[in-house]
Amino acid sequence: MIKSNSGIRKTDVINRRMFIIGAAKVVVFVGIVARLFSLQINENKKYLTLSDKNRIREWKLPPTRGNIVDYFGNVIAGNLKVYQLHIIPEQVENFNYLLVRLKNLLNLSDKRIARINKLKAELKPWDSIIVSENLSWSQFVKINNYLYDLVGVKPVMTISRNYPFNDVYTHVLGYVSQPNEQEILENETIQERFVPGMKIGKLGLEKRLENHLIGTNAIQRYEVNAYGKRINQLEHQKGEQGSKIRLTVDTEIQKACGELLNEKAGSISVMDIYTGDIIAMYSSPSYNPNLFLFGISQDEWQLIRNNPLKPLINKTLSGLYSPGSTIKPIVALSALENKVIDTKFKVKCTGKMELYGQTFHCWKEKGHGWVSLKNAMKQSCDTYFYEVARLLGVDRLNITAEKFGLGKKVLGDYFDNEKKGLFPNTKWKKNNLGKGWVLGETLITGIGQGYIQSTPLQLCMMTAQIANGGFAVKPKIIVDSNPISYEDAKQSMESGLLFDTNSEELLDKKLFKNQKNIKIVQEAMFASTNERFGTSYKSRIDDPKYQFAGKTGTAQVKRISKRERELDLELEQIPYKDRDHALYVAYGPYVNPRYALSIIVEHGGSGSKAAAPIAKKLFKLIIDRHDLRNKQSNFERITV
Amino acid sequence: MFQHDRLNNEITLFQKIKNLDYILLISVILLSVLSVFVMYSTDGGEILFHTKNHFVKLAVFFPLMIFVAFFNIKFWHNFSYIIYFIVILLLIYVSFFGLKSSGSKRWMDLYLFVLQPSELMKVAIIMCLAKYFHRIKIENVNSFTSITIVLSIIIIPIIFVISQPDLGTSILIALSGLIILWLGGMKIKYFIYSFITFLISLPFIISFLKPYQKLRILTFLDPDRDPLGAGYQIIQSKIAIGSGGLNGKGFLKGTQSYLDFLPEKHTDFIFTLFSEEFGFIGSVGLLILYSIIIFRILRIGAISRSNFARLFCFGYAFAIFIYIVVNLSMVLGLLPIVGSPLPIMSYGGSSMLATMIGFGIVLSAKINHKQMIA
Repeated sequence: MIKSNSGIRKTDVINRRMFIIGAAKVVVFVGIVARLFSLQINENKKYLTLSDKNRIREWKLPPTRGNIVDYFGNVIAGNLKVYQLHIIPEQVENFNYLLVRLKNLLNLSDKRIARINKLKAELKPWDSIIVSENLSWSQFVKINNYLYDLVGVKPVMTISRNYPFNDVYTHVLGYVSQPNEQEILENETIQERFVPGMKIGKLGLEKRLENHLIGTNAIQRYEVNAYGKRINQLEHQKGEQGSKIRLTVDTEIQKACGELLNEKAGSISVMDIYTGDIIAMYSSPSYNPNLFLFGISQDEWQLIRNNPLKPLINKTLSGLYSPGSTIKPIVALSALENKVIDTKFKVKCTGKMELYGQTFHCWKEKGHGWVSLKNAMKQSCDTYFYEVARLLGVDRLNITAEKFGLGKKVLGDYFDNEKKGLFPNTKWKKNNLGKGWVLGETLITGIGQGYIQSTPLQLCMMTAQIANGGFAVKPKIIVDSNPISYEDAKQSMESGLLFDTNSEELLDKKLFKNQKNIKIVQEAMFASTNERFGTSYKSRIDDPKYQFAGKTGTAQVKRISKRERELDLELEQIPYKDRDHALYVAYGPYVNPRYALSIIVEHGGSGSKAAAPIAKKLFKLIIDRHDLRNKQSNFERITV
Repeated sequence: MFQHDRLNNEITLFQKIKNLDYILLISVILLSVLSVFVMYSTDGGEILFHTKNHFVKLAVFFPLMIFVAFFNIKFWHNFSYIIYFIVILLLIYVSFFGLKSSGSKRWMDLYLFVLQPSELMKVAIIMCLAKYFHRIKIENVNSFTSITIVLSIIIIPIIFVISQPDLGTSILIALSGLIILWLGGMKIKYFIYSFITFLISLPFIISFLKPYQKLRILTFLDPDRDPLGAGYQIIQSKIAIGSGGLNGKGFLKGTQSYLDFLPEKHTDFIFTLFSEEFGFIGSVGLLILYSIIIFRILRIGAISRSNFARLFCFGYAFAIFIYIVVNLSMVLGLLPIVGSPLPIMSYGGSSMLATMIGFGIVLSAKINHKQMIA
């Protein structure tokens, strides 16, 4: 009975204590349900987002660059389908065997093989390795024929930049290539759209217009597993090609410039004197920008780099030259405007001029005799311009020259390699060289030598502004959203005001005090080309349709010693580096002028022999294409 | 009384079948079927290794449960100490000759399957202590000798299990043992005193933990301190559960598990996958199913005549409850990560074997609930 009692008491204890535990269990279960509720119901959104973030990964594809077209819509920087070869390591059965096979099929270098092996070690096994960026069609076919034997190899078709005119536009467009780290960091748009294998503009307009040309990435969304492997594609968002850019240039003329400067170092610029459209801008020699697309080979790079004619320099914008006699129209204009001389003013040229014991030579040893402005310009008499410059003074000359665009950048900030040149005055010398101006320096400035430095494009613009009757033009190379037609530009200019489409303001564009003075200079330039004894008389065209006016220039690159002057060496007898630069500026047609140009042939000798004949050949083409150009004026509007 | 005893001893097979607890049985079957489907989902919707093995184990251990149930509860009472000692011997064997895997030595190769004796101890300790408290007089429960004996019964296996090392299982064994002590009538003040002692010595205990165990505690306190390392499991688990929402992502559509973001999804984190695919409703449903099982076990304990059966059922119900709570709290980020499976649902033969034997003994108690044990 005692035992039984004890048993009952024990059972009671067990039951009572079980009850306490049971209550605790309910509380704990309720707690767990509450936790579930808070995670799954209250915070569901947050965790759903996190779960999607886990599983969805976006792959950006390289954007397609916008095309660049010339004035007539010809693609000058486009995109081309290229064939590439990728390896997906995880699908490869025998990596070494595959590499040996590919090496034989594609003639891969040992360096390339080493690079592939390095990439294989760095990348995830499902990331593809690019073996070759640009397979030729025959290589592509070969690979496809042997594909059964090349497990894990994937021939891929993709899009790459292409310059169909090869070296014709290199200095205008620049080229694209793989960006370096700094370039990615500097440009937010590139940073945002960067994907490996993408190429960016390295130079020229390709670089300047990067943000317009770049385009947007196509995006592929994939579901990935915890290790980052793609499981399946969810959606594909198409990218937009970059903006199309239309330039003012004419490929036919640009090509002709290249041919005319073949195997010479130099530059040709052609400009519309009313609209400021740059028709051509060629720096010679050029190089093929397509070489840079897939990494230029060391040999090819050395060939370009070590070329003594310096193809890497854009001579039109960064080449600095003494303008030589091509400055004379500005000297004459400045003197006329400041009423220092008139058309009757005459100077006697004896072949040299003495000043404070120093002798200043005219190019013609025997002298020109008594010359007036017209004759002095025609025969490019240096003595006349020494005297005019002496009377005028460098500071007044400087004001006129700067008005006409010398010493300033022509295209503003479009090309970061453009130089602004120099047109000196007394203040400049004091500030920069710390010495007082010497009168002798005024004399040589009057014939475009000395401190004065200008780019070929500046000389072209200077000529354009004389040709259009003395009005400021705003040179441009891109057809903007509101292209002003040739007629409108001419009309508004001749009324003395030019409607600036960008600032929507009527600006005073007059560069003269008295337009008669411009006319006088124009006539003198006409004489220089079209009258007997003119320096470029041999290069004239008599047909009034093509007739042009111009001014030759010969820029010394070193001081001519007395002995050399007496020797009077032929061009071939002088070392290349010591030969004079040949220059020529011109505009045409003489009646109703439309275009101005400047030509520089480095170390070409005299302007009349080396530069002016090029103008003759070019003007025919430029003027023949004028009607075509007019018809094209407004075919497409592009915003930049 | 003698007659009564005899009557019970002569229960026919038909009566045994009739006396089975069908609600418990159906619940266990439901849980088993569910577990196969969930395992099928962890295999990515294919019948692969885990699904096949899990099914085979269920197919073997479920009949084993019925087989266990058909032995009289008195038989289990009689063999309790022996079973306990056999499992202790297995633990000793494992500590010398056990299979090593990822740094711990817990398994023995039985050719057909790999046994983890510490899992069996979870049931054996309940049997052993239930018998002890069944036999001891209530007056002697709090005597020095009996306290020494019961503490030894608990501590001996724990020493072996901790040294494997396996903190999770040893905690579960300790808790299963302590609950019998509580039910058996040990003074409440002892529990309070030892709890206070435990709290005071906690820093001391922590200093004895292995570096990875300390890391787990730190990670529990702040999972974001190393989201790709130590905190990865718990963060991904919470993301999976939280993203399940009310209705879940649907069967076989749990992206977290399908895309391998979930660690240990077959074993300790099986609930995470279930909850991601079946949502809040499914999770609460699973909890209700477990609650029914626990409630039925408690009920069987309550109608049992012998205190052995009563103690075993109450103890076992509590043990199941603790397994569930520890596992769910872990995957829900309420407790640090300690390895502990979810009964029946998790992949793992030894755990299932122990659980099924436990259910078998409970069913035996039901069949023989009128059985008195001297």
